[in-house]
Amino acid sequence: MQISKIIEKLNLEIIAGYDKTKEDNKAEGVFICDLLSLVMAKSRSLDIWITIQTHVNVIAVASLMELSAIIIAEDMEIDEDTIVKADEVNVPLFKSKLSAYELASKLSELGV
Amino acid sequence: MDDKSGVINLEYEVIRYDFSKAGQASSEIKKVLKQLGINSNIVRKVAIATYEAEMNIAIHSLGGRIIVTITESNINISALDYGPGIENIKLAMEEGFSTAPNNIRELGFGAGMGLPNMKRCSDVFEICSKKNKGTKVDMKISLN
Repeated sequence: MQISKIIEKLNLEIIAGYDKTKEDNKAEGVFICDLLSLVMAKSRSLDIWITIQTHVNVIAVASLMELSAIIIAEDMEIDEDTIVKADEVNVPLFKSKLSAYELASKLSELGV
Repeated sequence: MDDKSGVINLEYEVIRYDFSKAGQASSEIKKVLKQLGINSNIVRKVAIATYEAEMNIAIHSLGGRIIVTITESNINISALDYGPGIENIKLAMEEGFSTAPNNIRELGFGAGMGLPNMKRCSDVFEICSKKNKGTKVDMKISLN
Protein backbone atom coordinates (compact mmCIF):
# COMPACT_ATOMS: atom_id res chain seq x y z
CA MET A 1 0.00 0.00 0.00
CA GLN A 2 1.13 3.52 -0.79
CA ILE A 3 2.53 5.41 2.19
CA SER A 4 0.58 8.50 1.15
CA LYS A 5 -2.68 6.61 1.63
CA ILE A 6 -1.58 5.35 5.06
CA ILE A 7 -0.70 8.91 6.15
CA GLU A 8 -4.13 10.08 5.08
CA LYS A 9 -6.18 7.22 6.55
CA LEU A 10 -4.32 7.12 9.87
CA ASN A 11 -4.04 10.90 10.05
CA LEU A 12 -0.30 10.68 10.71
CA GLU A 13 1.81 13.70 11.52
CA ILE A 14 4.74 13.90 9.09
CA ILE A 15 7.92 14.54 11.08
CA ALA A 16 10.83 13.94 8.68
CA GLY A 17 12.38 11.91 5.89
CA TYR A 18 9.27 11.72 3.75
CA ASP A 19 9.29 12.77 0.12
CA LYS A 20 5.72 12.71 -1.15
CA THR A 21 6.84 13.05 -4.75
CA LYS A 22 8.50 9.64 -4.56
CA GLU A 23 5.92 7.28 -6.01
CA ASP A 24 7.52 4.05 -4.89
CA ASN A 25 6.89 4.79 -1.20
CA LYS A 26 4.96 1.75 -0.04
CA ALA A 27 4.46 -0.55 2.93
CA GLU A 28 3.93 -4.28 2.68
CA GLY A 29 3.67 -5.31 6.31
CA VAL A 30 3.67 -4.11 9.91
CA PHE A 31 6.14 -4.76 12.72
CA ILE A 32 5.57 -3.59 16.29
CA CYS A 33 8.49 -3.68 18.71
CA ASP A 34 10.54 -1.51 21.05
CA LEU A 35 13.58 -3.79 21.25
CA LEU A 36 16.02 -2.89 18.49
CA SER A 37 17.69 -6.32 18.22
CA LEU A 38 14.32 -7.97 17.76
CA VAL A 39 13.53 -5.56 14.94
CA MET A 40 16.91 -6.46 13.41
CA ALA A 41 16.14 -10.16 13.73
CA LYS A 42 12.50 -10.34 12.75
CA SER A 43 11.37 -7.41 10.62
CA ARG A 44 11.06 -7.71 6.85
CA SER A 45 12.00 -5.05 4.34
CA LEU A 46 9.13 -2.68 3.52
CA ASP A 47 7.51 -3.30 6.89
CA ILE A 48 6.10 -0.22 8.54
CA TRP A 49 7.54 -0.11 12.08
CA ILE A 50 5.45 1.05 15.03
CA THR A 51 7.42 1.89 18.16
CA ILE A 52 7.68 4.24 21.12
CA GLN A 53 11.49 4.39 20.88
CA THR A 54 12.48 7.84 19.66
CA HIS A 55 16.26 8.12 19.91
CA VAL A 56 18.52 8.37 16.88
CA ASN A 57 19.32 4.67 16.65
CA VAL A 58 15.83 3.80 15.40
CA ILE A 59 16.72 5.55 12.16
CA ALA A 60 19.85 3.40 11.72
CA VAL A 61 17.78 0.25 12.32
CA ALA A 62 15.04 1.27 9.87
CA SER A 63 17.59 2.24 7.24
CA LEU A 64 19.65 -0.95 7.59
CA MET A 65 16.55 -3.16 7.43
CA GLU A 66 15.03 -1.11 4.60
CA LEU A 67 11.77 -0.60 6.45
CA SER A 68 9.21 1.54 4.68
CA ALA A 69 8.56 3.99 7.53
CA ILE A 70 8.54 4.48 11.28
CA ILE A 71 5.40 5.48 13.16
CA ILE A 72 6.03 6.79 16.67
CA ALA A 73 2.97 5.86 18.71
CA GLU A 74 1.43 7.45 21.81
CA ASP A 75 2.53 10.95 20.79
CA MET A 76 5.99 10.34 22.27
CA GLU A 77 8.42 13.23 22.05
CA ILE A 78 11.06 12.68 19.37
CA ASP A 79 14.74 13.60 19.87
CA GLU A 80 15.96 16.39 17.59
CA ASP A 81 18.93 14.36 16.28
CA THR A 82 16.50 11.58 15.32
CA ILE A 83 14.58 14.04 13.13
CA VAL A 84 17.79 15.35 11.54
CA LYS A 85 19.02 11.81 10.83
CA ALA A 86 15.69 10.73 9.31
CA ASP A 87 15.92 13.61 6.84
CA GLU A 88 19.56 12.84 6.13
CA VAL A 89 19.02 9.17 5.22
CA ASN A 90 15.44 9.52 3.92
CA VAL A 91 13.67 7.31 6.43
CA PRO A 92 10.01 8.44 6.60
CA LEU A 93 9.24 9.28 10.23
CA PHE A 94 5.65 9.82 11.35
CA LYS A 95 3.92 10.37 14.64
CA SER A 96 0.48 9.59 16.03
CA LYS A 97 -1.49 10.07 19.24
CA LEU A 98 -2.87 6.55 18.82
CA SER A 99 -1.49 3.46 20.57
CA ALA A 100 0.46 0.77 18.71
CA TYR A 101 -2.62 -1.46 18.92
CA GLU A 102 -4.94 1.19 17.46
CA LEU A 103 -2.50 1.96 14.65
CA ALA A 104 -2.07 -1.73 13.83
CA SER A 105 -5.85 -2.27 13.84
CA LYS A 106 -6.32 0.55 11.36
CA LEU A 107 -3.51 -0.77 9.14
CA SER A 108 -5.10 -4.20 9.25
CA GLU A 109 -8.45 -2.71 8.18
CA LEU A 110 -6.65 -1.10 5.26
CA GLY A 111 -5.32 -4.51 4.26
CA VAL A 112 -1.63 -3.90 5.08
CA MET B 1 38.97 1.55 1.17
CA ASP B 2 41.81 -0.53 -0.17
CA ASP B 3 41.42 -2.46 -3.40
CA LYS B 4 44.25 -4.80 -4.31
CA SER B 5 43.82 -8.00 -6.30
CA GLY B 6 40.04 -7.90 -5.91
CA VAL B 7 40.09 -7.76 -2.11
CA ILE B 8 38.38 -4.85 -0.40
CA ASN B 9 39.20 -3.88 3.16
CA LEU B 10 37.06 -1.60 5.29
CA GLU B 11 37.86 -0.51 8.81
CA TYR B 12 35.86 1.53 11.31
CA GLU B 13 36.57 2.76 14.81
CA VAL B 14 33.69 2.42 17.27
CA ILE B 15 33.69 4.76 20.26
CA ARG B 16 32.30 3.76 23.64
CA TYR B 17 28.81 5.14 24.39
CA ASP B 18 28.75 7.17 21.18
CA PHE B 19 25.16 6.43 20.23
CA SER B 20 24.91 9.42 17.93
CA LYS B 21 27.37 7.69 15.58
CA ALA B 22 26.31 4.15 16.37
CA GLY B 23 25.02 2.47 13.25
CA GLN B 24 27.28 4.55 11.03
CA ALA B 25 29.87 1.85 10.36
CA SER B 26 27.21 -0.71 9.46
CA SER B 27 25.43 1.83 7.24
CA GLU B 28 28.65 2.57 5.36
CA ILE B 29 29.48 -1.13 4.99
CA LYS B 30 25.98 -1.75 3.63
CA LYS B 31 26.40 1.07 1.13
CA VAL B 32 29.66 -0.42 -0.19
CA LEU B 33 28.11 -3.89 -0.56
CA LYS B 34 25.15 -2.47 -2.46
CA GLN B 35 27.50 -0.58 -4.76
CA LEU B 36 29.29 -3.86 -5.44
CA GLY B 37 25.96 -5.36 -6.48
CA ILE B 38 25.99 -8.04 -3.80
CA ASN B 39 22.78 -10.07 -3.33
CA SER B 40 20.33 -8.30 -1.03
CA ASN B 41 19.92 -11.30 1.31
CA ILE B 42 23.66 -11.29 1.93
CA VAL B 43 23.69 -7.50 2.36
CA ARG B 44 20.97 -7.92 4.98
CA LYS B 45 22.95 -10.56 6.87
CA VAL B 46 26.07 -8.39 6.88
CA ALA B 47 24.02 -5.35 7.95
CA ILE B 48 22.62 -7.24 10.95
CA ALA B 49 25.97 -8.76 11.91
CA THR B 50 27.88 -5.47 11.70
CA TYR B 51 25.15 -3.41 13.40
CA GLU B 52 24.98 -5.79 16.37
CA ALA B 53 28.77 -5.85 16.57
CA GLU B 54 28.88 -2.08 16.47
CA MET B 55 26.27 -1.74 19.20
CA ASN B 56 27.96 -4.36 21.36
CA ILE B 57 31.25 -2.47 21.15
CA ALA B 58 29.55 0.89 21.89
CA ILE B 59 27.51 -0.43 24.82
CA HIS B 60 29.67 -3.07 26.47
CA SER B 61 33.30 -2.28 25.72
CA LEU B 62 35.83 0.47 26.15
CA GLY B 63 35.75 0.95 22.37
CA GLY B 64 36.97 -1.06 19.44
CA ARG B 65 37.08 -1.63 15.72
CA ILE B 66 35.15 -3.36 12.99
CA ILE B 67 37.14 -4.72 10.08
CA VAL B 68 35.46 -6.06 6.97
CA THR B 69 37.27 -7.90 4.21
CA ILE B 70 35.43 -8.67 1.01
CA THR B 71 36.94 -11.34 -1.21
CA GLU B 72 35.55 -13.06 -4.28
CA SER B 73 33.96 -15.81 -2.20
CA ASN B 74 33.39 -14.40 1.31
CA ILE B 75 32.74 -11.42 3.47
CA ASN B 76 34.82 -11.61 6.62
CA ILE B 77 33.90 -9.43 9.57
CA SER B 78 36.07 -8.99 12.63
CA ALA B 79 34.79 -7.05 15.61
CA LEU B 80 37.39 -6.46 18.27
CA ASP B 81 37.44 -4.33 21.37
CA TYR B 82 39.86 -3.08 23.99
CA GLY B 83 38.14 -4.74 26.94
CA PRO B 84 36.95 -5.51 29.52
CA GLY B 85 36.23 -8.99 28.11
CA ILE B 86 33.29 -11.35 28.59
CA GLU B 87 33.22 -13.36 31.80
CA ASN B 88 31.03 -16.21 30.58
CA ILE B 89 30.81 -16.59 26.79
CA LYS B 90 28.33 -19.49 26.98
CA LEU B 91 25.92 -17.32 28.95
CA ALA B 92 26.50 -14.31 26.68
CA MET B 93 25.56 -16.45 23.67
CA GLU B 94 22.20 -17.36 25.21
CA GLU B 95 19.26 -15.52 23.69
CA GLY B 96 17.78 -13.15 26.26
CA PHE B 97 20.85 -12.92 28.49
CA SER B 98 22.13 -9.36 28.82
CA THR B 99 24.37 -7.37 31.11
CA ALA B 100 23.12 -4.02 29.75
CA PRO B 101 22.26 -1.51 32.51
CA ASN B 102 18.74 -0.09 32.82
CA ASN B 103 19.51 3.27 31.19
CA ILE B 104 20.66 1.39 28.06
CA ARG B 105 17.67 -0.98 28.12
CA GLU B 106 15.33 2.01 28.17
CA LEU B 107 16.68 2.91 24.74
CA GLY B 108 15.61 -0.46 23.36
CA PHE B 109 18.99 -2.18 23.65
CA GLY B 110 19.89 -5.06 25.94
CA ALA B 111 17.44 -7.59 24.51
CA GLY B 112 20.16 -10.20 24.83
CA MET B 113 19.98 -10.91 21.12
CA GLY B 114 23.10 -9.22 19.79
CA LEU B 115 25.48 -12.17 19.74
CA PRO B 116 22.76 -14.72 18.77
CA ASN B 117 21.72 -12.43 15.87
CA MET B 118 25.35 -12.21 14.75
CA LYS B 119 25.74 -15.98 14.90
CA ARG B 120 22.52 -16.60 13.00
CA CYS B 121 23.65 -14.35 10.15
CA SER B 122 27.09 -15.95 9.84
CA ASP B 123 28.19 -19.11 8.06
CA VAL B 124 31.19 -19.29 10.40
CA PHE B 125 31.13 -17.61 13.82
CA GLU B 126 33.96 -17.54 16.34
CA ILE B 127 34.25 -15.60 19.55
CA CYS B 128 37.16 -15.40 21.93
CA SER B 129 37.44 -13.21 24.96
CA LYS B 130 39.87 -12.67 27.79
CA LYS B 131 38.86 -11.02 31.02
CA ASN B 132 40.51 -7.59 31.38
CA LYS B 133 41.86 -7.85 27.83
CA GLY B 134 39.18 -7.78 25.16
CA THR B 135 36.85 -9.66 22.89
CA LYS B 136 37.20 -10.64 19.26
CA VAL B 137 34.35 -11.91 17.13
CA ASP B 138 35.09 -13.32 13.69
CA MET B 139 32.28 -13.91 11.25
CA LYS B 140 32.35 -15.28 7.74
CA ILE B 141 29.45 -14.89 5.36
CA SER B 142 29.72 -16.83 2.12
CA LEU B 143 28.95 -15.05 -1.15
CA ASN B 144 27.99 -18.29 -2.87
